[in-house]
Amino acid sequence: MEQQSTTPVLELVDLVAGYRSRHGLLGRRNEVRAVAGVSLSVSAGETVCLVGESGCGKSTVARAVVSLLRPFSGEVRFDGRNVTGLKGRELKNLRRQVQLVFQDPYASLNPKMTVRELISEAWRIHPGIVEPDGWDAEVARLLERVGLNPGHAERYPHQFSGGQRQRISIARALAVRPRLIVCDEAVSALDVSIQAQVLTLLRELQRDLGVAYLFITHDLGVVRHFADRVAVMHLGSIVESGDTEQIYEHAEHPYTRALLSAAPSVEDWRDDAENGEIVLTGDVPSPLNPPPGCRFHTRCWKAQDRCRTEEPELLERGTGHPVACHFPATDPVAAM
Amino acid sequence: MSALLEVTDLVVAFGDVRAVRGVSFSLSEGETLAIVGESGSGKSLSSLAVLGLLPAQARVESGEIRWAGEDVSAMSERELRALRGEQLSMIFQDPLSALNPSLTVGYQIAEMFRRRRGLRRDEARRRAVEAMTEVGIPDAARRVGAYPHEFSGGMRQRVMIAMALALEPRLLIADEPTTALDVTVQAQILRLLRHRQREGLAMVIISHDLGVVARTARSVVVMYAGQAVESGTVADVYIAPAHPYTLGLLDASPSARDSNREIRPIDGYPPDITALPTGCAFHPRCPFARERCRTEEPDLREFAPGRSSACHYAEEVLARGAAVDHAGA
Repeated sequence: MEQQSTTPVLELVDLVAGYRSRHGLLGRRNEVRAVAGVSLSVSAGETVCLVGESGCGKSTVARAVVSLLRPFSGEVRFDGRNVTGLKGRELKNLRRQVQLVFQDPYASLNPKMTVRELISEAWRIHPGIVEPDGWDAEVARLLERVGLNPGHAERYPHQFSGGQRQRISIARALAVRPRLIVCDEAVSALDVSIQAQVLTLLRELQRDLGVAYLFITHDLGVVRHFADRVAVMHLGSIVESGDTEQIYEHAEHPYTRALLSAAPSVEDWRDDAENGEIVLTGDVPSPLNPPPGCRFHTRCWKAQDRCRTEEPELLERGTGHPVACHFPATDPVAAM
Repeated sequence: MSALLEVTDLVVAFGDVRAVRGVSFSLSEGETLAIVGESGSGKSLSSLAVLGLLPAQARVESGEIRWAGEDVSAMSERELRALRGEQLSMIFQDPLSALNPSLTVGYQIAEMFRRRRGLRRDEARRRAVEAMTEVGIPDAARRVGAYPHEFSGGMRQRVMIAMALALEPRLLIADEPTTALDVTVQAQILRLLRHRQREGLAMVIISHDLGVVARTARSVVVMYAGQAVESGTVADVYIAPAHPYTLGLLDASPSARDSNREIRPIDGYPPDITALPTGCAFHPRCPFARERCRTEEPDLREFAPGRSSACHYAEEVLARGAAVDHAGA
């Protein structure tokens, strides 16, 4: 995007976050590092997709970014300023800049509030964005902006379909004129035809308003169509990142290659099934007890002794983009 | 040769609301058919009706279901029970809700061998271990004593498949079998199902995901608002869709393989089945719609051998679709 400034809107520096668990009633307290050192940046007007399977820590990243969760260590920088541990007024100001849209608009919209109340709530909390006498007009404008009938402002969430509710969530996020919207599986629960509507809307909003997206998803098809840059997450760390086309055309990490190979797409009827398909064996290891060394080695067909002991860093390894693998697949023949 | 399963003009209703409105499909021994559609399209109800497993409020209002030439509605409860499980079985999206949480997985699989095959307890257990091994559950001899919650989502779906296939049915109905699974686990399950297809198992796979359909099925029925709007082989339908809804679905489906194709949404929302539009149910969302579509409901008609579309202007859609490369043909 053209309007990139030098300082990214969002920067994560070696973020470590998660939750504390306890084994049994009196058991030892455990720190579960769902996110084990993630660095990432999002520039103004840019879309960065964080893609991974369940339990990889992608939603924990989202929660840390919007300050719903305090990281164990590392920094969340907004406009170059560390915002971890902000309180009171400063935290409130931050929340104006960063909004979160969840997967399930059934759960995230208060069923007892009308659409007008849901959208204008933010203006009550953050005075000065829109004066009260302008609320109705602004609600109507926002509804129209997200493709809903402005005349439906007095309706309740249950009177809308899933796709329409997600539009309400987006209108609500836009109400505070944020610079970054974190979308956590925001289109995953929607039917394909509606999903495409919401993606198209998000893209138009970005073009018109310059908002940046940190888009968290498990859907590799969506990522390819929507992302400027991609970071692939596996068990708490980023294993590979780069421009979308780089990742899709020149994936270097075995996990990325397996993910791409596993994603079903409409073109697959042509392939004689299993032609070059990479099917990983076994399950994703538990983040409670990640394997030593490279966290992917238990499922990796290329793993060697080094991988079992030494954790690879996310580095540019002559691959054109950073990859966290001791043996990246620079040679396409060796990769298959 | 008669079809293994033949469904003709099936109508399923909740009270006086018809959720499935005259659906027909058939499949032969060893064949895989996909029923694809979005939520509320009636795709799951159609297959539940086949098994006689409709929810309590729903009933088959009309239509015919034939199994190997025999009318299922004329079968006794005893014959139906023999059909389900022995000849025809089903797996669902959520294996956790289909398994009894208080019994070990091994017990639940072994129970089928004891009840249906009259095997002794130890023999049934041995067969359960075999069945688990066959679907790729590692260390089955030990895992046979574990409870459903001790398995991951992918392993639970394997357990379901082991149970569904234990009695060597001729047809497996798989309703969104991988929707709840991670993509790498989904690939494992789809591969497992493909291996069974190759061994001669017929399948009906119900999915909202055109990619999953492309990987598993040879022919496809596309459903919209309770009706089949298009059918044909997956290759034919994906290369040149003949119904505007299919065309729209393909255009809206993001692909991890193809970066050149722009995804395009379908305008509007699926209709409420209690208040369907007049004429063609798709007409309010259809870029091809004309006056006739608002008044006259199109029938599913065979416009070429093996290809049907429920659109007044199927030939026009076909021509338009063929001009765009949808599925990387």
